[in-house]
Amino acid sequence: MDLSGKKVTLHDMSLRDGMHAKQHQISLEQMVAIATALDDAGMPLIEVTHGDGLGGTSVNYGFPAHSDEEYFSAVIPKMKNAKISALLLPGIGTIDHLKMAVDHGVSTIRVATHCTEADVSEQHIGMAAKMGLDTVGFLMMAHKVSAQELLAQAKLMESYGANCLYCTDSAGYMLPAEVSEKIGLLRSELQPTTELGFHGHHNLGMGIANSLAAIEAGANRIDGSVAGLGAGAGNTPLEVFVAVLHRMGVEDGIDLYKIMDVAEDLVVPMMDQVIRIDRDALTLGYAGVYSSFLLFAQRAEKKYGVSARDILVELGRRGTVGGQEDMIEDLALTMSKQR
Amino acid sequence: MSKKLRAAIIGPGNIGTDLLMKAMRSDWIEPVWMVGIEESEGIRRAREFGMKVSTTGVDGLVPHIIADDIRIAFDATSAYVHAENSKKVNDLGVIMIDLTPAAIGPFCVPPVNLQQHARQLEMNVNMVTCGGQATIPIVAAVSQVQPVAYGEIVATVASKSIGPGTRKNIDEFTRTTAAGIEQVGGAKRGKAIIVVNPAEPPLMMRDTIHCLTESEPDQAAITASVQAMVAKVQQYVPGYQLVNGPVFDGNRVTIFMEVQGLGDFLPKYAGNLDIMTAAGLRTAELFAEEAASGAIQLPARG
Repeated sequence: MDLSGKKVTLHDMSLRDGMHAKQHQISLEQMVAIATALDDAGMPLIEVTHGDGLGGTSVNYGFPAHSDEEYFSAVIPKMKNAKISALLLPGIGTIDHLKMAVDHGVSTIRVATHCTEADVSEQHIGMAAKMGLDTVGFLMMAHKVSAQELLAQAKLMESYGANCLYCTDSAGYMLPAEVSEKIGLLRSELQPTTELGFHGHHNLGMGIANSLAAIEAGANRIDGSVAGLGAGAGNTPLEVFVAVLHRMGVEDGIDLYKIMDVAEDLVVPMMDQVIRIDRDALTLGYAGVYSSFLLFAQRAEKKYGVSARDILVELGRRGTVGGQEDMIEDLALTMSKQR
Repeated sequence: MSKKLRAAIIGPGNIGTDLLMKAMRSDWIEPVWMVGIEESEGIRRAREFGMKVSTTGVDGLVPHIIADDIRIAFDATSAYVHAENSKKVNDLGVIMIDLTPAAIGPFCVPPVNLQQHARQLEMNVNMVTCGGQATIPIVAAVSQVQPVAYGEIVATVASKSIGPGTRKNIDEFTRTTAAGIEQVGGAKRGKAIIVVNPAEPPLMMRDTIHCLTESEPDQAAITASVQAMVAKVQQYVPGYQLVNGPVFDGNRVTIFMEVQGLGDFLPKYAGNLDIMTAAGLRTAELFAEEAASGAIQLPARG
């Protein structure tokens, strides 16, 4: 694979996807320390939001240590070069949340839907584009559909005004050939000016390989997370990915030693658990289940005595999608009654 | 004189047709008119069911309202045209039951506040949202026992059961449902989440209701109140099922529901649509019952 001379924009997820791994309890001090260190390391884009996006604060997904407003107000004024993005899942967050984020200085809005439901995003993508924001359509659980179906949904989001489309491997299920096929088709069929991105999870250890495949097939934005802090076995670990990109001669504008230090000195010490491919995270990747279900299933195992792995496999069998965290306790209760 | 109230259904789409099929079985409502804006499959179906039809909108119905003694209108069109439809029929003394998200009248969730609306002869009542009809009764069941500081619902619906109107304005669902959780459910603060799932075969509508009570929940009283409320909803939606709960965890009370439709015109998995048409019809029926018993006096007609 020859990627030398290519340019990519890296996008850090540790302060949004990482919120899942921290049960949304990252402190303002930690947010500011990590964001400023990432800014200093040259990270161009940093996502800051509740793990489930704007408006995610809930019984269902977890109440965060601070509101999105408080996180934005603390982090954004401290940024020298980095831009801050926010995630929005229609059905959870609304246009009101989007406007709030923009008022606080967020300049990239990523509107996320399940990979077959792009048409619920029309009002949010339309509004973000109208406001002149960097507007991203984020198609989750992209392994659930064929490349052709993904393209059809991506075209909808493009038609609503998205200037960048993501193939999102929310379950960490994809292998590189699938990433190549999907990104390749999006690249050949969407507008040449539309950027493409890939968001990986490391549940099968494929975060880096998949991200490289995405770049080769035409993606220029890659999500990852410093020290891998994210749902499931985490996102593509950015400091590792940066080292690989540098060896391959890809330009990302990141200072490798600085991002290594952010991972080692700031992020790893605040982890509640080691982010690794344990058997439950591996099950997510193997069975194709939404990564943020991990800790919910592990808590249900403790409370109801049903194995997290069994719960996750059943969630996969039932075709659950992102946002259905409420199904986990319900299912654990039903499974414990059946025993 | 028949005790049944004669009704018009505005909007011959999936919802209007399902409502028509339910209304034809009713002891209290006699559907007479189906109103569309053009010839359509829905209009043809309505003719086959023996309805009079308008293909020129509400204006085609208005000249017949008095002669046909139409007392109830159901609006199953869209929020954009509802206000105009409502005014035209209200002016002739027709009670409007609004199945659109327009919400110009008060929210109506039958087992919680329908009786009150009927007694006050509200001329326009709004049926909130599908998620609201499925969950607000449960929030109310908890808040009838003790104060609920926060009520949150998660409605998961089959992709095939939500139409383009809802998809284009999904924020309206979350806002309207949250408002209903507060105004009718009695929670001090409400939040609503909707998840659309494309699994095949389509999943049944499921709803999770989380309440945070102000003080320690009275487990026995809440469990009894929830079970009684489920039984009330089952009177008009037989497929309304308590799957698990109430689960108590500190001040959190969680209830897991599933809603299977009757499968009249809409498929059984579309419990979200069925509960809307069933609640709309139930609302009309109570107006008819109250009128028949003399508890309310319908607007006078010469």
